[in-house]
Amino acid sequence: MQLIARGILSENPIFKLALSMCPAVGISTTVMNGLMLGIAVLFVQVFSSITIAIFKNVIHPRIRIPTYTLTIATWVTVIDLVLAAYLPEAYAKMGIFVKLIVAFAIITMRLEMFASKESVNDSFWDGLGMGLGFMVGMMVIGFFRELLGSGAILGYDVLGFKPLLFFILPSAGFFVVGLMMAFFNWIEIYYKRSKGLR
Amino acid sequence: MMTTLAKTKYILLTALFFCFAPLLAQAEGLVADQSFKGDNEIIVHFSGPVDRAKAEDVNNYTVFEEPDPDIRLVLKSATLSKDDKSLSLSFQEPLNTALPHVITVKGLVAGIEKTTFTVSKSYLGYLFGILISALLINNFVFTKYLGLCVFFGTSKKKTTAKGMGVVFTLVMVVSALMSWFFYNFILIPYDLNFLQIVVFIGLVSLTVQAVDTVLRKVNPILFNSFGVYLVLVIANCVIIAVPLILANNNYNVFETFMLALGAGGGFLLALYLMSSVSERMQLANIPPTFKGLPIAFIVAGQFAMAFLGFSGLQLF
Repeated sequence: MQLIARGILSENPIFKLALSMCPAVGISTTVMNGLMLGIAVLFVQVFSSITIAIFKNVIHPRIRIPTYTLTIATWVTVIDLVLAAYLPEAYAKMGIFVKLIVAFAIITMRLEMFASKESVNDSFWDGLGMGLGFMVGMMVIGFFRELLGSGAILGYDVLGFKPLLFFILPSAGFFVVGLMMAFFNWIEIYYKRSKGLR
Repeated sequence: MMTTLAKTKYILLTALFFCFAPLLAQAEGLVADQSFKGDNEIIVHFSGPVDRAKAEDVNNYTVFEEPDPDIRLVLKSATLSKDDKSLSLSFQEPLNTALPHVITVKGLVAGIEKTTFTVSKSYLGYLFGILISALLINNFVFTKYLGLCVFFGTSKKKTTAKGMGVVFTLVMVVSALMSWFFYNFILIPYDLNFLQIVVFIGLVSLTVQAVDTVLRKVNPILFNSFGVYLVLVIANCVIIAVPLILANNNYNVFETFMLALGAGGGFLLALYLMSSVSERMQLANIPPTFKGLPIAFIVAGQFAMAFLGFSGLQLF
């Protein structure tokens, strides 16, 4: 439970660790896109963590990084083919980013830092937490961009008008992520200050 | 630094040489030469005189863009020059000159029922178009949002940015060419297309390892200054994206080379621009909440908006 909370809050891959930001900027135009890619990453993260945790005693330390990469590549191939077969529309929207999960720094980092040392059970929960953290981050960015850009959430028209069409444009992703990071920093600074005053 | 730059120069020269080779092709039989003029006219030169009455009748022509044969383009007029050898076709709508157009004419010369030929832009122009597209219009950092981790990590100082960009371009070109070879001669013939991710990431890591070893021996100073980043190169989406894109689009070897060169150059350009701004930002008075990554993101967003201006750019 603690491991999950850590992945979502204190070590959120997108806002705290600032890793795997390409998709966070690139395709988080709607909540749905964020959710879909989040699920794909969650799947790859959990299964790679379990695989590495099972085989951690067999893998020679000198070839561990290539092993991680190939493990991730295998699981990415699985989710890539599954999505292409069962959800072709969503797959077309995400384009090349599903295949690029293979290059996400966050997955390799979790394998190196956690799964290669801890038990299978803990690795599963850690992978789940990190994957969920990524998914939540993507959905939050998607939520703001969809709400401000097209006045809708999950495709349903909520506001009835389009406040800032700019946010649906790809380049706005940078602004949204930057502003949200600043917001999290602000909370942290504010929290520290109030604590220091007490 | 110097050796790498010198190497890039040689690579560029070889590339130019290869690009000129495929120019010596096309044109056979009756049609000697064909080209676009402006955006709604096609000029055709024939090797001999043709039947004036047939050639000037608009109903004898069928014209379509190669990808969709069902959509016929409407001709406004066809004019033959006085010596019966060159023909000018003008169209009602502007043509998309980026695509090849297929033209079929009925009975141009007595005895031949149909003449079919294709009009397209010069191959060199097309290759250059791929380069410019990857460099500016579809810049990998600012319009495709790839490689952001390294982009934000190494764009603090101009010198690092330059070195990093050159290393990237080098690795990208080598790995893209290798991936092209493997894709076309191993993955496709043996029907192993589903393995592309595994094979491409393996090839990329291999190239990075090779560059690492070579650089360590050839130029230790250079290696010390960005040996650290070489590790980052493996886990980077830009490098793995190039092979995936070329596999998607079925590029040939020249197109692959141009795409990789453009992508690497675009990355270098983005890094350099960003590092120039970061150097200025160190002196600026930034609010504490925005220090570090947030402001970098916002600057990148502004660059991305500026790069939007390149969309629709067409040189050839």
